[in-house]
Amino acid sequence: MSSGSGSSRVPRRGFLAVGAALTAVVTLSACGAKTDAAGSSSDKAAKIDVSGDTVKVGLLNSLSGTMAISEVTVRDSLKLAIDEINASGGVLGKKIKPISEDGASDWPTFAEKAQKLIKEDGVAATFGCWTSASRKAVKPVFEKNKSLLFYPVQYEGLEQSPYIFYTGATTNQQIVPALDYLKSKGLKKLYLVGSDYVFPRTANKEIKAYAKANGMTILGEDYAPLGSTEFSTIANKVKASKADAVFNTLNGDSNVAFFKEYKSAGLTAKSMPVVSVSIAEEEVKSIGTQYLAGQLTAWNYYQTTTGAANAKFVKAYKAKYGQDKPTSDPMEAAYTSVYLWKAMVEKAKSFDPEKVKAASDGITFDAPEGTVTVDGATQHVYKTARIGEIGTDGQIKEVWNSGKPVKPDPFLKGYSWASGLS
Amino acid sequence: MTVILGQTFTGISIGAVLLLIALGLSLTFGQMNVINMAHGEFIMAGAYTTYVLQKSISSAGISLLVALPVAFLVSGVLGALLEWLLIRRLYLRPLDTLLVTWGVSLMLQQLARDIFGAPNVQTRAPDWLTGNIEIIGGDDPLTFANSRLFILGLAVAAVVALSLTLRLTPLGRRIRAVVQNRDLAEVSGISTSTVDRTAFFLGSGLAGVAGVALTLVGPIGPTMGTNVIIDAFLVIVVGGIGQLKGTVIVAFVLGVLQSVLEYSTTVSVAKVLVLVAIVAFLQWRPQGLYTLRTRSLV
Amino acid sequence: MNVLKGRSARAWAGFAGAAVVLFAIAPLALSDFRLGLLAKYLCTAMVAVGICLAWGRGGLLTLGQGVFFGLGGYAMAMHLKIADAGPGNLPDFMQLYGTATELPWWWKPFENPLFALAATVLLPMAVAALLGLFIFRRRVKGAYFAILSQALAAALAIWLVGQQATTGGTNGLTDIQGFFGYSLDDPVNQRLVYFVIAAALLLLMAIARQLINSRYGELLVAVRDSEERVRFLGYDPANVKLVAYVVAAGMAGLAGALFVPAVGIISPALIGIVPSIEFVIGAAVGGRASLVGAVLGAVAVAWAKTALSEEFPAAWTYFQGLLFIVALAFLPGGLASLAVLVRRRRKASPAQQTAAVPLGEAA
Repeated sequence: MSSGSGSSRVPRRGFLAVGAALTAVVTLSACGAKTDAAGSSSDKAAKIDVSGDTVKVGLLNSLSGTMAISEVTVRDSLKLAIDEINASGGVLGKKIKPISEDGASDWPTFAEKAQKLIKEDGVAATFGCWTSASRKAVKPVFEKNKSLLFYPVQYEGLEQSPYIFYTGATTNQQIVPALDYLKSKGLKKLYLVGSDYVFPRTANKEIKAYAKANGMTILGEDYAPLGSTEFSTIANKVKASKADAVFNTLNGDSNVAFFKEYKSAGLTAKSMPVVSVSIAEEEVKSIGTQYLAGQLTAWNYYQTTTGAANAKFVKAYKAKYGQDKPTSDPMEAAYTSVYLWKAMVEKAKSFDPEKVKAASDGITFDAPEGTVTVDGATQHVYKTARIGEIGTDGQIKEVWNSGKPVKPDPFLKGYSWASGLS
Repeated sequence: MTVILGQTFTGISIGAVLLLIALGLSLTFGQMNVINMAHGEFIMAGAYTTYVLQKSISSAGISLLVALPVAFLVSGVLGALLEWLLIRRLYLRPLDTLLVTWGVSLMLQQLARDIFGAPNVQTRAPDWLTGNIEIIGGDDPLTFANSRLFILGLAVAAVVALSLTLRLTPLGRRIRAVVQNRDLAEVSGISTSTVDRTAFFLGSGLAGVAGVALTLVGPIGPTMGTNVIIDAFLVIVVGGIGQLKGTVIVAFVLGVLQSVLEYSTTVSVAKVLVLVAIVAFLQWRPQGLYTLRTRSLV
Repeated sequence: MNVLKGRSARAWAGFAGAAVVLFAIAPLALSDFRLGLLAKYLCTAMVAVGICLAWGRGGLLTLGQGVFFGLGGYAMAMHLKIADAGPGNLPDFMQLYGTATELPWWWKPFENPLFALAATVLLPMAVAALLGLFIFRRRVKGAYFAILSQALAAALAIWLVGQQATTGGTNGLTDIQGFFGYSLDDPVNQRLVYFVIAAALLLLMAIARQLINSRYGELLVAVRDSEERVRFLGYDPANVKLVAYVVAAGMAGLAGALFVPAVGIISPALIGIVPSIEFVIGAAVGGRASLVGAVLGAVAVAWAKTALSEEFPAAWTYFQGLLFIVALAFLPGGLASLAVLVRRRRKASPAQQTAAVPLGEAA
């Protein structure tokens, strides 16, 4: 394989080029910051493109893959809010231009698209993400580039990123009230069923701590891989446990299979109610009331929530996307998040994330779920907890609420039983 | 005791679903050696057929029964179309077929999303399929879900129909002839391309039937096919390519294994253990449970 | 001999050209963000080099490359997470989700950077050797081998998801801050990571080319085209395949390891069945048997995914599916066969045909 004299000039030239390039590498790398170098990450705030009469915002949702079943409705709801705001004059005199990206139900893709929105498009803020895994994947991106993410879905708490606003419920606004409700009804023996990922596992850890302190017992705990649709064994286990109630943190597709199996096993809302934290009107529609009627859910908003703001929201949503389309809690939280961002920007009189953050404390919005207030310290939102019962018409009827908005407590500092959790 | 018996029943019901899903593949993959990744989307087409029919036929029971033949036709035609457009060009390259049909499956999923919307859709099950029958009564009753019983019956009926077709009809004879020796079959005057297309129609049609059955136990949405496709392939591979009896036995064995392991460990661990067991089994019998004996060296 | 000389010279010119593009033109022409994406594409290209060897040359449809990519990636990420946490501290996710107060025993060796670095390549190779030893001895091949590989990929992904306290579960290992003492926050260091990846890719291509042009390479193609004949000639095809499989695994492992500092995350989503198929598709679109084709194909498919999904966020999967179908059903040798076709048409000298992609003749 040795090359003759005729061709040997070519490799030499090649080596020169490679050599030159390598020298360039060494020179460049000499300037790289070490991890322990102080202040290395300063002055890298993302540039926001406010040239012209529009301001861009990013919509980051899964439009393909397994999570598309849930996230597309959030994207629709975000667009509705943006259209409404544009129709009434925009933000600081600028129309909002949404840039939609597909996270494709794949966490590294979420990180890639978040970077694209921030660095290439120069968005003023990004709205979206659903699963905790996608949020964890984009969190460092938003923190490094000092750009804002509005996350609209209830989650497991124990997080407080300086560049994320959490407009869905944290645990003390959804799971803890649900447990209080079960306790007040005398349902003290629980079975926990969840999908195998961060939210259910963390939520169940908190539920177990609560149970221990409140004289409740956990009879069993089962996880199914995300997307799993075979639940006969879990239904058998639940049935054999003779629990008072089931606490369900399954996500997406799995709920459909679980409730079909639950009914087949002869379990009913009367004999063993299920409290779900991921089943909203959209999921009710895809599972069917024949399997769900009478079961309980815990959220902060239902389509039936009373008030003029909600009537307007439901009407506008149906007019835009179809009369048969329901509205749900994550959609409402997404819709609200755009208005909250608008209010913060207007108070700050700037799109600069740092100024927006500084202006965030105490911002209120008359949301479909009732008046919400931003807690500047945690960047979460005061929300009213609501327990609902699924009716035969596919609507969820509120059976209990917390009376007033609950202060967000993502690390459950105000609960003594939760002291060993984080 | 009840637990063991109960889990065996559960295993049989899981196995029935697996069998129904894999049955169509036993024709397209088992007999024709085509790895069709879009098979899952044919199952999805069957499920959406049920959904569409239910919109026009109000009785859940009748619409379900009507959906069975209609879904068979819909998925069968889709399959024959796929064979005609793409797969017939790829018979000599079985592994390329896998990647091409993967592309088809991506497109069909997006198509479903655009036609029926991204969220899952709902079908109603007839009342006679939502309950269960009690096998042992008393304080700790042992029950078998009606829907699973229906699927079991459907799977058995489909297996019987398929094996009778393969054994007794002229079409079956031709399919077997092509599988055993394509060149010789062609020389004997059999139009192998017609046989291929018909076999593909039947296999894909069975996927449609499986889709109708899945509406009783699982979600109906754009990605429902991808959830089940690999399991179905594994059933065929372990059972032995080209062997219907292997498919039947393995579907039930895997079902029981899965349910027993799920009960004693967790769903995730059970899934991993089953997969590892399959890999180990193939070390022992690389051609699957039953092998088609030929004199070929490869 | 003339032919060989010509090939060698062209190859060197090609390497030099690639080096200029990767080291000079790309860094100057692309923004930091796009260069970061290119680094990610080059990682898939590194996997494609191995696939070209194992599948294109050896006929093994390795649908489980995600396993080796993941092993390499996790080996690297585990070390970086320990290093980020600092001595005596647990990585952030373990504090959040776990109950343990110290590192699990199987994390401990990864505290050592040299062990971790070696493991990124050697661990996938060892696993591949163990698997391959059994699989090839038992003559598992074709569709069986493909489905079996997928089963393994699925099993590893599900297992990782289930072990949230020690592997981060579905989240994977995220938020990686430093790379052997250099902050990944700094664009200059990101650029450095890119250069390392580009150099690694060229190195792997050189290794693969050397293997393909050696006697072993001839043997590998012979096994692909007629395993029995090779057996009758006195070689053991199992060993021949094993080498290709193990080398491909090592390349995927290195790719996974370098993917971690480039993207800052490794998760089960990069290991399962779907990513494993995507690795293969890149190589197939470009031309599985041609080294350059496979690499360019991998980069092109990854780039097309980004570009199409940015342009048509709601409909890009149509285009992606169409691309796979058209490229694979109608161009069996991949895009590389187009180049060969053009070259043949231009000058139909017999010497040129030996340099053609062999798959066309083999099929």
